[in-house]
Amino acid sequence: MAKLEPPTTTDVVAAEDLPTSEETRRQRAFDLLWRSWLFFFLLALIAYFWLTTPPHTFLAGDNFKLIALNTSEVILLAIAETFIIVTAGIDLSIGGILLFAGVCGAKTMLSLSGTHDQVAMGLYPHATRAIAAGVIVCIAAGTMWGLVNGLLITLLRLPPFIVTLGTLGVTFGLSDLISGGTNFFAPVPPSFTNNVGNGKILGLFVPIWVAVVILVIAHVVFHHTRFGRYTAAVGSNEEAARRTGIAVNRHIVEVYTLGGFLAGIAAILDLAIYTNISSASHQTDNLNAIGAVVIGGTSLFGGVGTVLGSAVGAFIPTVTQNGLIIENVQPFWQEVLVGATIIFAVYLDQVRRRRTNR
Amino acid sequence: MPSRLTGQRGLGDSEIDVSDDGGLQDANAGVDKPPLLEARNIQKHFGRVVALRDGNFALRPNEVHAVVGDNGAGKSTLIKIISGVTHADEGELRINGGPVTITTPREARELGIETVYQDLALADHLDASANLFLGREELLGPPLSWFGFLDKKAMRLRTEEAMRRLKIGIQSVDQPVLSLSGGQRQAVAVARAIAWGRRIVIMDEPTAALGVRESSMVLELIKEVRSQGIAVIMVSHNLPEVFAVADRITVLRLGRTIVTLNTAETTLESVVGMMTGAVAAVA
Ligand SMILES: Nc1ncnc2c1ncn2[C@@H]1O[C@H](COP(=O)(O)OP(=O)(O)OP(=O)(O)O)[C@@H](O)[C@H]1O
Ligand SMILES: [Mg+2]
Repeated sequence: MAKLEPPTTTDVVAAEDLPTSEETRRQRAFDLLWRSWLFFFLLALIAYFWLTTPPHTFLAGDNFKLIALNTSEVILLAIAETFIIVTAGIDLSIGGILLFAGVCGAKTMLSLSGTHDQVAMGLYPHATRAIAAGVIVCIAAGTMWGLVNGLLITLLRLPPFIVTLGTLGVTFGLSDLISGGTNFFAPVPPSFTNNVGNGKILGLFVPIWVAVVILVIAHVVFHHTRFGRYTAAVGSNEEAARRTGIAVNRHIVEVYTLGGFLAGIAAILDLAIYTNISSASHQTDNLNAIGAVVIGGTSLFGGVGTVLGSAVGAFIPTVTQNGLIIENVQPFWQEVLVGATIIFAVYLDQVRRRRTNR
Repeated sequence: MPSRLTGQRGLGDSEIDVSDDGGLQDANAGVDKPPLLEARNIQKHFGRVVALRDGNFALRPNEVHAVVGDNGAGKSTLIKIISGVTHADEGELRINGGPVTITTPREARELGIETVYQDLALADHLDASANLFLGREELLGPPLSWFGFLDKKAMRLRTEEAMRRLKIGIQSVDQPVLSLSGGQRQAVAVARAIAWGRRIVIMDEPTAALGVRESSMVLELIKEVRSQGIAVIMVSHNLPEVFAVADRITVLRLGRTIVTLNTAETTLESVVGMMTGAVAAVA
């Protein structure tokens, strides 16, 4: 292949011209830099908190474990959102699904643990049975809402944005109806908290293990299985996917259902870690999950994404929150930072897309 | 699934007769065997737009059959009906004389009909290999196949093989087709259809985005496909190309198939005349 002049402006490259090796090299370098900005950003964030907090607070090993514990839940939501966003969809209800599943799970655990008075006094005579039922309820409730989203989107042919905005309202409203809008009168059974929320395997909290295992599975599924490939194909060109015989609607339903399922798992972790649940503490879940995904390098336009990137992105809100709490600053700054970072990340994605599309 | 991609010989299914009907005067009459594919009185409306008012079309085994006509004549619509993307309002399709209903692209594929669409229908973010195998991925052996694990290596090798046959350089079959040139993207779409088509390969403007070199390559490929006993329907605006490869030509005008001609017995000028309506279509 003859060496070409370096591309000058936006000249359309003639059909028979292969991209020169120099062009690809530059493209690769740019891609690499683009992909790793998040790491630098996260490192800068960590360095900032390290410098501005008292010694042995932020950078202490125990604090890192705490950050990881808090991030485990965000990671699960971010994985769910990654698959959905790669189909060129979005799930604005993921926080609502988590809340609904958690509220139903907590209600189940409390009702089945013993009488109201027993539980109020801190006695949980039937804790084991109640925990098992509560866990199942969390998963079932989450999966159900994911299924509802998927069916509404495909059967009624409505935009995911609208459907999930609607189910966000419905799930938050129903959760508040069930719980009365505040925390439940008692925490979930202590054995659940002790074994799951505070439980450790090989020195790491159980929720961290859950997040890591699901992360690895999700990564493999995304990159190495037909399910992952169809997810990207549907998001890249839905009509092309349909013409090659892929059951597109069915796949979209599966992806949203998977999202609900993962939100249900996240709800279990949430109950185990925080022992109680109310809508007030889940207002920013959507922001954090979607933020993690787009900050992590998944394109909002569908077709491309990375599960691992989303997992790294999930640390941005939790590290920020943790650092701000140690600094005694209003943790609301976390929302400001995450929101601004999302805009920046999507802007970067746009720039990159314009470059690759020439 | 028998095909060249899976390495099994899936060519020339037994029911496909590749014998030549030979020296006919009227290109449509006197065929003693039913055509491989036949479209009868196809009508298609899009709202108040009539895309096809009377589509009649007969494809013989082992021929390259060009469909020509002005912009908006209904060529793509006819092709999409055959490939299951859209449905006719009226009319019927027959394969080897037997009526068939093709309601989805998958059904068309199962009948051995592959299509290169005018818009290529590629998933741009996936690589050439993923596109070639889209919807029919090869999986690793059990137990991994139960979980849908892809045999990426096998698919990549087969893609490279298919690309070599096309003789169109793609630096790496791993790069997203988004980053390929127009000609390379077209090559991927053509390669996919040729690799899987067992009976009929349909190409809607297969050379529209190609340079001279790639165009002649695609034309060579079309001939090669025919030599393997597969019929080709080719939509084109480029009449010299049509005359270079097609055995017969069907002219569409304003949604009507006005005539089918043997290429050897007609001229470019008269086909142009029929396309524009300047020459009355006499078979
Ligand atoms: N999906 C659609 N919705 C509405 N009208 C359509 C649709 N598809 C085709 N048409 C109309 O049907 C007519 C025939 O279109 P078709 O695409 O079959 O033409 P064509 O012969 O392939 O043209 P071209 O040479 O430009 O590709 C046109 O008037 C077109 O506007
Ligand atoms: Mg067309």
